[in-house]
Amino acid sequence: MIPVRLSAMTNSTQTGSTLVKRGLADMLRGGVIMDVVNPEQAKIAEDSGAVAVMALERVPFDIRRDGGVARMSDPKMIQEIQATVTIPVMAKARIGHFAEAQILQSLDVDYIDESEVLTPADEANHIDKWAFTVPFVCGATNLGEALRRISEGACMIRSKGEAGTGNVVEAVRHLRTINQQIRRLHTADASELFSLAKDLQAPLPLVQEIAETGQLPVPLFCAGGISTPADAALVLQLGAQAVFVGSGIFKSQDPIRMASAIVEATTHYQDASIVAKVSTGLGEAMKGWETATLETRLAERGW
Amino acid sequence: MTRVGVLALQGDVREHQAMLESLDVEVVRVKRPHDLDDLQGIVFPGGESTAMAHLLKSSELREPLSELIVSGFPVLGTCAGLILLSNEILDGRADQWSFGALDVAVRRNGYGRQIASFEVSVEVSGVGEYEAVFIRAPRIERVAASTTVLATLDREGDHPVLVRQGNLWGCSFHPELTSDTRIHDAFIQSF
Repeated sequence: MIPVRLSAMTNSTQTGSTLVKRGLADMLRGGVIMDVVNPEQAKIAEDSGAVAVMALERVPFDIRRDGGVARMSDPKMIQEIQATVTIPVMAKARIGHFAEAQILQSLDVDYIDESEVLTPADEANHIDKWAFTVPFVCGATNLGEALRRISEGACMIRSKGEAGTGNVVEAVRHLRTINQQIRRLHTADASELFSLAKDLQAPLPLVQEIAETGQLPVPLFCAGGISTPADAALVLQLGAQAVFVGSGIFKSQDPIRMASAIVEATTHYQDASIVAKVSTGLGEAMKGWETATLETRLAERGW
Repeated sequence: MTRVGVLALQGDVREHQAMLESLDVEVVRVKRPHDLDDLQGIVFPGGESTAMAHLLKSSELREPLSELIVSGFPVLGTCAGLILLSNEILDGRADQWSFGALDVAVRRNGYGRQIASFEVSVEVSGVGEYEAVFIRAPRIERVAASTTVLATLDREGDHPVLVRQGNLWGCSFHPELTSDTRIHDAFIQSF
């Protein structure tokens, strides 16, 4: 139902197919993807059991504090991290900034995050992600937004949460909203789907597909404000299939222990005794912000 | 009813589970030592081998699984699962451990990063033509004489992509990402 555009064909070998792009997201399920700003942090992330790292110059906490325009990271820093770890390396491009995405693809990053954490470059259009061989992850606050991103070629959806706050409340809202809207479609009569697609501002074929399967056609991960093992256990139980942790690890008192604890809590999210054990004596989590006091709401970026 | 575990620390557990269940196999998700009770075999899924190696230790699964594997327990490892089974890892982390049971050398990400991930048709011995999905796949660089090569791929040289050594099956691609159950079926039928 979704147009599959093949970006390369050599003999019978096919790269960049939807299966191959979504497949890497499948491999990351049940894991933790950690924001890192240098090779030392990337090494700590891999040592702690991260399934991938997100290479960026400033974690969301610092972007929020420093203000100004946040852009794609320096390729040098991304390459240094690629040379340090064996796990996938992701990087962020600004919303709509396809030239940044082209650069990231030329650097062989494994996943591109078209991210609201950076300052948007286009106030109407997101990147045409079908035009790329490298897969994309995009944020969403509700099902309509998720389906618009999938129709543009995103192969993984994550909640936006409110990045850099250390406050999980927005991520919980987004996950609950997306899953409620999926359940609504799954129980709807076929004749209701036209109107529901209009309300969601989402393509009808995708709406019909979800009505039938009861799930997104790509993995749904959680991002934004996760800062403790308990936060990870919470969002996994709410239906997230993996977690992105941004500022929560390297802004905590003991990043090495926090990283490992969040990894174990993500695997054993259904076993409260293990989550309790890894949460014990961790030191302080990042300080965080009450969302209502924020001047900039990153989750509102994206259309 | 056949009862098979899927190592469920991280990775594409759901796809393996669905494929096994479609073959009328009872599936147990293995996260803790007691999950290994009364299994006839286990699947090591795709995912990140460094993350799984870390979690195998913290979840206290490394020792009991080692003992089972030595005693002849059937294991099918796909992609990261193949790396966990192999006895030599090239281009991995210096400190990366594996069960070392399958006598092959694998090169991590031997076919390149994600941009080079691909689908291709391969000929599998005893199964026939099979649509294989390779994602940041390990490349098998060497096999022992005792290891049976069931499929190869000629890509910058000819390399095995599906091997068997007694009860251990190692696959550098992802049969679980397709709807073709023949490789899982061959594994189950070998018990």
